[in-house]
Amino acid sequence: MVRERPVLLHDHAAENLRFIRDAMERAAAFTAVPGWGGVTVGLTALVVAAIAGTRYDSFRWLAAWLIEAALAVAIAVVAMTRKAGRSGAPLLAAPTRRFALAYLPPLAAGAVLTALFAANGLGPRLPAMWLLLYGTALTSGGAFSVRIVPIMGAAFMALGIVAVALPPEYGEWLMAAGFGGLHIGFGLVIARHYGG
Amino acid sequence: MADRAAAKVRVERPKAKGEAQKSGQAAVRLDRLIHERLRLGIVSALAVNDRLTFNDLKRLLQTTDGNLSVHARKLEDASYIACEKSFDGRLPRTEYRLTAGGRRALEKYLAHMEAIIKAVKPS
Repeated sequence: MVRERPVLLHDHAAENLRFIRDAMERAAAFTAVPGWGGVTVGLTALVVAAIAGTRYDSFRWLAAWLIEAALAVAIAVVAMTRKAGRSGAPLLAAPTRRFALAYLPPLAAGAVLTALFAANGLGPRLPAMWLLLYGTALTSGGAFSVRIVPIMGAAFMALGIVAVALPPEYGEWLMAAGFGGLHIGFGLVIARHYGG
Repeated sequence: MADRAAAKVRVERPKAKGEAQKSGQAAVRLDRLIHERLRLGIVSALAVNDRLTFNDLKRLLQTTDGNLSVHARKLEDASYIACEKSFDGRLPRTEYRLTAGGRRALEKYLAHMEAIIKAVKPS
């Protein structure tokens, strides 16, 4: 009897620690990731890819994608708010703040670099930079969210690396595959497995 | 070995009444207030958030209104958590946060668990 107790206690203690860690992780994660919102963003990106043309250093091309970016932000905000509302709880303040603090800096860097690239005739290289930094934002923000978010980030980064390796002519297809295809694909998975 | 484990995990008697009475059966008596699953979940969730509403906790711990309020009440009685009621428009809103005492209780509980694991680890 005395022999048995430590083993039981040990298992029980380890199990308790696991339970605490799980509860903390769940409580700290940002869960209002919009699945259907992602699908919608992906569809608008496909439309933009189709109409933006392939003159990557033209004003028209840049303007089309900047408008798409603004539209995507609006769709994401609406979708997150609705998802949080539907789950019966407000966006938890602390997890949302942690997510935002990790997610936004790479996007801010991307905005600054966009101006630099555009001003120096590097428009054709924007797709690679955008895919890489958007992937970085998702990967780092994803550390505070459900597992699928950093995976999606890694997929964007991988596509960004492909974009760096390929000649600039493929930019249009990479934009469609990334901001269109990956958003739709991961959006469907999130909608299915993470509640909408 | 068993003695060492037991020695490290001595009684941590909470100040609240009731729950602490079931003594004597186990060699290891932990802080019973925190040991119970749902209450441990409440305290853990609050440890990583400044404050959480009743609905946040209900969703996180996947439990019912009745269950959650009973257990939250016990923690509140022990001053492990503090509760604030307010109105969000017309809807009543209950917010919880971990008190300093609650955080200490969780830290002690964690230390106990670690001590148990260490004590029986083959050397």
